[in-house]
Formats: sequence, structure tokens, C-alpha cells
Amino acid sequence: MIGLPFIYAIAGATFAAYALINLFDRTNRKRVGSAAFWGLIALSFIAGNRLGDFGNGLLVIALATIAGLGGIGRSGGATTTPEERRSEAVRRGNRLFLPALIIPGAALIGTLAFRHFPTLVDPKQVTLASLTLGVLIALVAMFLWLRPTPLAPYREGRRLMDSIGWAALLPQMLASLGAVFALAGVGKVVGGIAAQAIPSGSLIGAALAYGLGMVLFTMIMGNAFAAFPVMIAAIGVPLLIQGHHGDPAIVAAVGMLTGFCGTMMTPMAANFNLVPAALLDLRDRYGVIRAQAPTALLLLMVNIGLLYYLGFR
Amino acid sequence: MLVLSGIAIIALGFMLRFNPLLVVLASALVTGLAAGLDPHAIIAAFGKAFNDNRYVTVIYIVLPVIGLLERHGLQERARTVIAGLRGATVGRLLIVYLLFRQVTAALGLTSIAGPAQTVRPLIAPMADAVADLDDPEDERIKAMAAATDNVGLLFGEDIFIAVSSILLMKGILEGFGIDLQPFALSVWAIPTAIAAFLIHSARLLLLDRRLRRERDRPV
Repeated sequence: MIGLPFIYAIAGATFAAYALINLFDRTNRKRVGSAAFWGLIALSFIAGNRLGDFGNGLLVIALATIAGLGGIGRSGGATTTPEERRSEAVRRGNRLFLPALIIPGAALIGTLAFRHFPTLVDPKQVTLASLTLGVLIALVAMFLWLRPTPLAPYREGRRLMDSIGWAALLPQMLASLGAVFALAGVGKVVGGIAAQAIPSGSLIGAALAYGLGMVLFTMIMGNAFAAFPVMIAAIGVPLLIQGHHGDPAIVAAVGMLTGFCGTMMTPMAANFNLVPAALLDLRDRYGVIRAQAPTALLLLMVNIGLLYYLGFR
Repeated sequence: MLVLSGIAIIALGFMLRFNPLLVVLASALVTGLAAGLDPHAIIAAFGKAFNDNRYVTVIYIVLPVIGLLERHGLQERARTVIAGLRGATVGRLLIVYLLFRQVTAALGLTSIAGPAQTVRPLIAPMADAVADLDDPEDERIKAMAAATDNVGLLFGEDIFIAVSSILLMKGILEGFGIDLQPFALSVWAIPTAIAAFLIHSARLLLLDRRLRRERDRPV
């Protein structure tokens, strides 16, 4: 059955390739640090379940230390020149799009079809499994058609991976921080403070505190999923749902979407903001945030309005 | 109160421009210590959560495919195709993409597009080619392409009933004795989704107008 072990084995092998190519690349001045960083991620994917909780903790400390000391470098990245690319684009024509469409196509078909084959693909991992299979099919197709050297895809992938750097790991780190926050009871403390700060009986005050609290906490934690449990326990349930008889579905759904407005305005949401900026070679790391902040702010007002006018009829 | 020091560390560490991975780790340690946990337990808790959340980082397996296609001229081809379309503008192109992203995300197809899968290889070069800016250093168009992808995903996916955020909300509300069907939650994502489409589309059309004005301005 295709499930997480298979997916993680592919991911581990891919990161191991990024690590090894860096290790032997003399154009990367920090090749040992780069190799160690991507290599530890490969180790986590391949053997994470055998390292034990404390072992995994040490692995994280090592990763953060390498990144914190500036140990990750970038390669000179030998690739084709713009002229070579232009002439090949003319020669190959629109067929170049086909391999690029294999991954979305596989994700589409897999997500729809694999649910009916629970023995073949783990039903809980349909999306990731389809994505992984799409990558494998696309690689096979490209080897048959473009005939690259065996390492070429991984050299090019490593070029992109190096440009993303440590930001690739931030979402996973923040998810883990959320677990420690939950263990320490951060949510309850925030709730206690919020309850004192809101004037008692004020619906608009409670709705504003809930919405803005979602945005603020999302911006700090980089993820609305981390903010939601805190804010729903602090304000959503006790004040909006129980106190003002709000519709729980609207309070929850619109609250989460208000948090998403925060996602668009924080560098902590690295996968949405820093990673695309790196992938597009933007000199301004916050370029994507700047581009979407006006949409986020307008939508934030719409959401609080929706909550206030629809949630309490 | 003391357990909130971890939040302060995140804010402070970010302002002082320390590496965010280190900041997150420091925040976890301080928060755990403030809650009376011993360092060994904190490291183990963080390590366990890190291991449980590995799926977040799987997406980078697509990079070899995208990188190799770029090597063979994918971005250049995307530029050529879109430059041949009559009437194409940055705004119109990105509005079509926004609608595509919202609709497919609402059907649960969140990973058929994304910054690595579609924006870098296809959408950004296309938008850049249509804009045809004089200044090659101008990053506005590329940034807007990535922003449009984010808006489409974030304000489309919650309409799908089996997306993780809907399941999270359902699970947490159950903990308070409130039983809701996923459908009841996903229906209320629709008004925001429509608002997101209207707001962002309007901004894209304004961007078109600004670009047109810049082009018409005599140099």
C-alpha cells in the first residue's frame, strides 16, 4: 500500500540527493553546511520513526544551529544559459508543457480516484500519494524524452532548493512550536487576558477582539491553525457562542478565514510568503506580502463585518 | 503569565533579525521552562511534533521536475505562448488564474497548483511577458502572481468539506460539546470566497490600468 512510509522514502532520497550534490560542489563555499542541513532532513524522512522523540529533538537543534550560524550556502548553479533555453523552447514547442502538467494531472486524478482503492493507497494520504506518484511519472517521462544525465534533475532541483534555503523548514518548525505551546497551556493564559480586556456585554468588542486576535496570533505563529484553538477557547465559545448566542458554524468558519488574512501578512507563514519570493528570485523578501497586504486588509474588514451581521441573527 | 514569554521571543527575535529557526527553538525552550517542564521533556516534545509534521516538507520533491523543465526552456515557452494571445493583460490573466485556483481548491484539489508547481514555471513568466515592462528589475508582476496564488488557495480551500482546517474546527468545537457537520462550516466559507475574488480582481484591474498609464507616459 502506498502511504506515508513510501512518500517519506521518496522525500528522503530527494533530500539526500540535494545533500550529496552540495557536498561535492566546489562552487558552494559552504558546501559542508549545506550538505549537513539537507542531509539531516533526509535522515528525518528516512529514519525519523527510529530516532525516538529526544533524538528527533536533537536533530532539530542541529538543523536550527546550522541555519542560525549561516551555514547554508548557495551553489554557482551550472545550468543552461538564457539563449540555450530560448532556442530549445522554440525547438520543443508546446510539448514542453506536457511534463509540467503531469504533476497537477496526477494530483487531480489521484485525489478523485484513489479514494475508491483503499487497499492500494492509504485513504488518509491520497493527496500526498498522488503528488508523489505524479513526480515519479513526470521524472520517468522526462528521462525518456529529454534524455538528461541521471543527476541533471537533482542538480536543477538542488539549485531551486538552495535558493529557498532554511525557509523551507520554518512551517514544520512552527507546527512543532504549536505543540509545545499547547503543552504549556499558552491558549488558556491568552484567553484569560482577552476575557479581562473586553468590556463585558459588548458584542462588537468581542467580535473585534476575536477577529483581530485571530489575525495577530496567526501572524506570530505563522499559521491560522495554531491561532484558532487559542482564540475559539478564549473568546469564540465563551463570549460569542455562549454569551451572545452566535451561530457556531459562522463564528468558527469566518474566524478561521479571518486568520487567513493574517497568513498573508506575516513572514512567519514562510510557505506562503518567503518561499514564493525565493522561488521567484525576488530581491525583496517581503515582495509577496506587500503585493497581497491590501487584499488581506480589505478582506479582514469584510470578514469582521460578515461575522457581526450574519453570526448573531 | 510567564508562558507568554515565548510569544515575546518570537516577536523580538524577528525584529532583531535572528534566524527564525533558532528563534522558534528558543521560544519553545523558554515557553516549556516557564510552564515548569524540564529541558529533556521539552526537546522530546518538540522532536515528536517535528517528526509528526514531516508531511509539511514533502512538497520539495517537485523541484527536480520543475528545475529540469526550466533547464529545457519551459519558462521561455510560457512567455512565447502568452505573448501570442491577443487582448491578454496581466490583470485578465491573473483573474482567470485566481478563479481556477479558487474553484479547484474548493473541490479539494489544493496541490494541483502552487508556487513551485505553477507560479514559478508558468504563471509568473506569463504575467511578466504580458506586462512587457521596460525595467527588468521591476518585481511587481512576479510578486502579484505569487500573491494571486495565495489568495486563490486560502479563500477557496475552506469550501471543500474534507480540508484540514474544516476538520480542525469540527474537532475543536466537539471538545466544547458543539457538534457540527463539516458542510455547515464549509458553506460559510463561500461569502468570504466571493469577497476575496471581487476584491483581488478589482486590484488586478487597477494594476492593469496603472501599467497602461505608465506605458502611455511619454519618456
